[in-house]
Amino acid sequence: MKNNSVISSPVLGVIAFIFVETMLFTSFISAFWIVRSGAINWPPMGQPRLPLLTTGFNSLILLASGFLLYTGYRLFSKRGFEERVRKIYFTSLILGIIFFLFQGYEWARLIRFGLTMTSSIYGSFFYLIIGFHAVHVLAALFIMAFFYKKLEKKGVFSAVLALWLFVVGVWPILYGLVYLK
Amino acid sequence: MSESHSAHYNEGLIKKYLFSTDHKIIGMQYLFTGIFMGLTGAFMVYVFRMQLAFPGIHVPGFGLVSQAAYNALVTNHGAIMIFWFAMPVLIAAFGNFLIPLMIGCDDMVFPRINRLSYQIFFLSVIVLFASFLVPGGGFGGAWTAYPPLSAKAEYNLTPMGAPLWLIAVALEFVAFLLGGINFITTLMNARAKGMKMYDVPMVIWMIVIASLLFMASVGPLIAGAIMLLFDQFIGTSFYDAAKGGDPMLWQHLFWFFGHPEVYVVLLPPLGMAVEVITTFSRKKLFGYKTFLHSVYITGILSFVVWAHHQFVAGIDPRMANLFAITTLIISVPIAEICFLVMATLYGGSISFTTPMLFALGFIIEFIIGGVTGIFLGASGTDIFFHDTYFVVAHFHYTFVPIAVIGFFIGIYYWFPKMFGRMMDERLGKIHFWGTIIPFNLIFIPLFFLGMYGEHRRIYNYQHFPELNTPGLYFLRELATVSTVVMLAFQTVFFYNFVRSLWKGKKAERNPWKANTLEWVAPSPPPHGNFEKMPEVYRGPYEYGVPGRSTDFWPQNEPN
Ligand code: HEM
Ligand SMILES: [Cu+2]
Repeated sequence: MKNNSVISSPVLGVIAFIFVETMLFTSFISAFWIVRSGAINWPPMGQPRLPLLTTGFNSLILLASGFLLYTGYRLFSKRGFEERVRKIYFTSLILGIIFFLFQGYEWARLIRFGLTMTSSIYGSFFYLIIGFHAVHVLAALFIMAFFYKKLEKKGVFSAVLALWLFVVGVWPILYGLVYLK
Repeated sequence: MSESHSAHYNEGLIKKYLFSTDHKIIGMQYLFTGIFMGLTGAFMVYVFRMQLAFPGIHVPGFGLVSQAAYNALVTNHGAIMIFWFAMPVLIAAFGNFLIPLMIGCDDMVFPRINRLSYQIFFLSVIVLFASFLVPGGGFGGAWTAYPPLSAKAEYNLTPMGAPLWLIAVALEFVAFLLGGINFITTLMNARAKGMKMYDVPMVIWMIVIASLLFMASVGPLIAGAIMLLFDQFIGTSFYDAAKGGDPMLWQHLFWFFGHPEVYVVLLPPLGMAVEVITTFSRKKLFGYKTFLHSVYITGILSFVVWAHHQFVAGIDPRMANLFAITTLIISVPIAEICFLVMATLYGGSISFTTPMLFALGFIIEFIIGGVTGIFLGASGTDIFFHDTYFVVAHFHYTFVPIAVIGFFIGIYYWFPKMFGRMMDERLGKIHFWGTIIPFNLIFIPLFFLGMYGEHRRIYNYQHFPELNTPGLYFLRELATVSTVVMLAFQTVFFYNFVRSLWKGKKAERNPWKANTLEWVAPSPPPHGNFEKMPEVYRGPYEYGVPGRSTDFWPQNEPN
């Protein structure tokens, strides 16, 4: 019945979803830009600087996780859901969790230094954008764990991969805009 | 034995009607919830229109209208009519019912996501009603919810109503996102064998493009709403200019969504009108591809006109010029679409059935709405018209055809398929004239009131000596009385609807002699829709083809 499909339905569904998500992230970023370009001091005085280096290192962990899942998928397409693929999938998941926990640790430090959601518009946007991404990481990790059992189906694996690559892929943009600039 | 059997049967019923994953049942759930919400929105109109024409009156069925109640009524009337009536009925109800039937498959691609969509929608309804009942009452900061009014409880005086309202709107969006993903994927992947892109009936295209537009535009509003919720709940200052934020930001995010939203609700009834007009003029749709491409162009342009809502909000005048120009440009493809519809009618053998009357009414009234919009899209004239009843009249000349008339096009046309019986034609025609005449008598006076400078969103003109203008009471009363008459005539529809459900003439499979696939299925279609999955051999509008014994040529007939 589902005859004339060029892209399988789960993947198409995730692509549609990613499209909405892209618009959402773009909105936050443009809001951030508008407010920042109108500010006299940026970052505002008396607010702590962001931990460029440690977060940069953490970014590499996330990118590695995304890359691993991709290689796992390549292998899976050739050989099916065999032991190696399982291991790679698992490692990718663990790296994602490490990224998430490390971010949480950084947040705890920033809050101690006085950067909070209400301390300034700078803090508001920082926690808004980075937090929104963190929520995505967490949700995607849950989805990765949840669909572990159903991965044999090719459509499901590709859908999970698309989702994780999106979450990994927006991170460098956010890092560049919020941390570096 | 027998006891367990009946228990099983009962569970079956609940499962069937409340937790079904069948697209038709989910469509019906959306339909009836949407109708209920439409009636709620209509009741609100009745109450605040009475207050406007007869200030201080004890409105029968409601009581005295306080200032806070007035604001909450107007706000929720607007929000309900758009988010909880127009969208669920036009997109979700008809989309769910029609898409699988008209593209010839047995269900949506993700039936469980579809069910989840309705459940979240239902939750949003509950949250919305809860927002009226909390201390402080329902939100009254207008459906556009501009900060700082919406962001600070000191200003809006609804510390709980405002966030709950916003959460309800957000939930509703999630429901429609899930639905939209389903619609797009289903159209792409589940079409009947042989159905090529240009064989898809126009109404299906329109519903799917509407879903796409919705998905492309809603992100900014959700982003804006999240920031607004933070402002409301933990006192961030995203929209607070005093603390480095920017209140205009909300307006941009809101209208980036808000203007495409107009086309989101317009397209489905436009598609329904196309189905009805081709069927009842027995003619091929004039320029199928031109039609579709005009809609694409309209959809794309609809993303670059949003700031015409902000001409007087202090945006840069150069930007205002730009947006005035794009707004004028977007009327070109829309005019194109109207001409194509007229060309389809031209020379057809037209039968004025009830659905046809509504379809023609839709086109004519919508054109009035479109033409009056030009005055508001030109930044110069808008400075005068902004926030007057001219605006209210203009957008109701678009929204009432869309939501109310569009809903009736669909119901009168597909009722035989939905419920297996025919509706009464005579009552249908009475209902048509009883709706269309008072509709014009409501909003033509509002145009004039607007030109005299009557401000919108004012609770009681007597409180503002410059606005009171006793000479205008005649027009105000005319609009209100017409509202009551129009609402009263809806009882004819409901009577017809309920009576036809039980007593209507039994409908055959294809009572209108139409070509599209839903008419191949039994009326009403069983679970799984078709006895034998149809195959498609041609486009949907082959009427009056020379050399055939019948004047129609169903899509599934080999020759
Ligand atoms: C018989 C039908 C209707 C009547 C008589 C009516 C009347 C009105 C009036 C008089 C107002 C302005 C009140 C004020 O500014 O104080 C209003 C506002 C509004 N209406 Fe309607 N309406 C009807 C149906 C609809 C429908 C079907 C829709 C949309 C699908 C709709 C959407 C709106 C919106 C968005 C507002 C603006 C609310 C605001 O200012 O926040 N209305 N309506
Ligand atoms: Cu607009």
